[in-house]
Amino acid sequence: MKKLMIGTAALAMLAGAAWAESHSVVRMGTEGAYAPYNFINDAGEVDGFERDLGDELCKRAELTCEWVTNEWDSIIPNLVSGNYDTIIAGMSITDERDEVIDFTQNYTQPDPSAFLAPEGAELDMEGGIFAAQSGTIQASYIAEMGATLVEFATPDETIAAVRNGEADAVLADKAFLSPIAEADAELAFAGDDVLIGGGIGMGLRESDGELRAKFDAAIQSMKDDGTLNDLITKWEVGETF
Amino acid sequence: MACYLTTGKHMAIYWSVGTVLLLLAITAPVALAFGFAGAAAARSRFLPLSLLGRGYVAIVRGVPDIAFFLFFVIALDQFFEWIRHEVKCPDWDQPIRQGNDFVVCAAAKLPQGNSAQWIHETYGFFLAVLTFAIVFGAFAANVLYGAMRAVPRAQLETAEAYGMSQRQCFWRILVPQMWVFALPGLSNLWMVLIKATPLLFLLGVEDIVYWARELGGSKTPRFTDYPHGDWRMWYFLGLLVFYLAFTRVSEVALDRIMKRLTKGQATTGGEAQRKTA
Amino acid sequence: MSCWETIADYSLRSIGIGERLLPRENFTLCQQVVLIGSGMIWNIYFGVIALVSGFFLATAVALGKATANPLLRKPSEWFIFVFRGSPLFIQFFFAYFAFLSLKSVSPIFDPFTAAWLGAAIVLFLNTAAYSGEIFYGALLSIPKGDLDAADAYGFSGWTKFRKITWPTMLRLAWPAYTNEAIFLFHATTLVYLSGFPAWRQKGDALYYASYFADKTFNPFVPYPILAGYFILVTLVIISLFGLMNRRLNRHLPQDVRGRIRLRMNLIR
Repeated sequence: MKKLMIGTAALAMLAGAAWAESHSVVRMGTEGAYAPYNFINDAGEVDGFERDLGDELCKRAELTCEWVTNEWDSIIPNLVSGNYDTIIAGMSITDERDEVIDFTQNYTQPDPSAFLAPEGAELDMEGGIFAAQSGTIQASYIAEMGATLVEFATPDETIAAVRNGEADAVLADKAFLSPIAEADAELAFAGDDVLIGGGIGMGLRESDGELRAKFDAAIQSMKDDGTLNDLITKWEVGETF
Repeated sequence: MACYLTTGKHMAIYWSVGTVLLLLAITAPVALAFGFAGAAAARSRFLPLSLLGRGYVAIVRGVPDIAFFLFFVIALDQFFEWIRHEVKCPDWDQPIRQGNDFVVCAAAKLPQGNSAQWIHETYGFFLAVLTFAIVFGAFAANVLYGAMRAVPRAQLETAEAYGMSQRQCFWRILVPQMWVFALPGLSNLWMVLIKATPLLFLLGVEDIVYWARELGGSKTPRFTDYPHGDWRMWYFLGLLVFYLAFTRVSEVALDRIMKRLTKGQATTGGEAQRKTA
Repeated sequence: MSCWETIADYSLRSIGIGERLLPRENFTLCQQVVLIGSGMIWNIYFGVIALVSGFFLATAVALGKATANPLLRKPSEWFIFVFRGSPLFIQFFFAYFAFLSLKSVSPIFDPFTAAWLGAAIVLFLNTAAYSGEIFYGALLSIPKGDLDAADAYGFSGWTKFRKITWPTMLRLAWPAYTNEAIFLFHATTLVYLSGFPAWRQKGDALYYASYFADKTFNPFVPYPILAGYFILVTLVIISLFGLMNRRLNRHLPQDVRGRIRLRMNLIR
């Protein structure tokens, strides 16, 4: 037993040294197409709630961070393959994802998903047609609900589908839908909100425990001094802690 | 309007046009080299080499390029890192695959974890070029293989009769003559290559289609100074014009070369040329 | 759950027969092979429909492009130029947009926004343009002697076209046309990737492959399975077209047959 522990400690030290070397720059992977969490602003840079949050976390953890964008579909394979070090892309913590990657503690409250439909529409939960981005937890939810699911590659297309009548409603994170509902008088929330998945957390490689611990601590400190709540209020991404 | 068209994001789309053109300019000769190697290997008398060449052409041609792009880049990246890992860190005792993770020692990382963003982007671009070249190299190999077979047998026999070696026959007789037969196929391939560039976003390179989608999607006033509805239509129209113009330019250039080659041939095309002359 | 049960549940899933919910956890290799194979139904459907219908339009455009009459020639040239000159990706996008706006004009256009009809039409036009160009090229390379001989035998008009020009054109175009068919089947994977939405999780092979890649987070299993299926399809196409090629060239001496096949190795 003792031998084993020494072995583990040596391994940890080795890993620690290698870690410091490889993580002098932490690459933050995001999608850049999911306002207000993350989007590309007019200047062509990553912006949004997670940009503010990520920069602050890096400052607290004393890391140099760099932002990269990646397609949603391949965002996890590229993380485990080592092309960037974290996923900070509005990714809900789910069991199936947790089997493959590790998450920090959640930095938003579990955000309800909501149905956005044309103004005054009644939702038919059994026979209706619902749009969702393919590969999201909302898509699986609709499939299980029994209604007709229409999947689109990007969030934009799901909204367009509701506008032009292809789908009765779109199911997506409420924080993503609210600014759209505000800006477009013809669209409004309908039906009840549903709670799918846990809160949003940062995704990291399972072998990257040390980096995870650093970010975890930084998130905790932001929760403790209330700065996280300020950010949540600023970007309107759900309930505060 | 002028302000809108010169935002950082628009600069990115103009920049990506350059990326696409550069990619085409690099990929074309590299793919041709792959194709040439593939065709030469397939013709080889040495059986394993010949099988390798044939296998490469048959497999890569049989798979849709999209399916190939979706997993091949990651595989290629891991393959390079694995090789560097074996070379640079021989005394590394941890497994490379820890669960789902692919972990190599820091020195083997490509590019180095702390290098600047532009190096990462250049590396991604290089991987994309290589993937494109491997895919289109297989098609080029197929064309060149056919072209090599089309060179009249008598030419080679004459060369042999003059005492040229195998190598001399290949380089001095076969290779110079095969281009005439390969040109139609290669020009077609070039056209296909141009039109495969929208798939670049699958390879992690932010190309014009990525930016057109990003810029065209509807924007709410909260996140931008220039809110607008769904403008993807207009951006894609721009892309359409770009691709059509590019095709047209290529067509004119290739037509000129082809005209020179058909001249005097006893075919309907050659006949038509003679009548107008 | 045994593999036989999986086959019973999912082999026709892509056309809506069988289990309604896709597998959610404990993904087996069998499930992946069966579902991706089920998706191939759509790839083959799109490929066959577009190829068969496109063949006729292609012949028409090729003849159109080869005529002297500008009223026929110009539209054919433009048709070929636009569809060959733009990425299929962008064609799908515009087609979907156009069908959506037509939908508000009249309910007749409702089915057009669904992939089974809308995407089939785009692929039909696309392959017609590519094959049209191949056929046009073949028309130009018909040996002058063949046509002179036809004239000498007193063939003219329709008979000359049907007995001499058309078969010779096909014979010359066949290798390139084989390639076009392969490319067309490969292009069918774009339908759900970016063009048309998938309804009730009924999609093509790539749709299911990316579903599994997405759920298992491992692209190295489903995509090679997909690749395997396509290699099979490609082999089938090559052998079917090879049989046809033999028939088209049956009047030629043995050694020349092979020669022509390789010499005209154009690809689209």
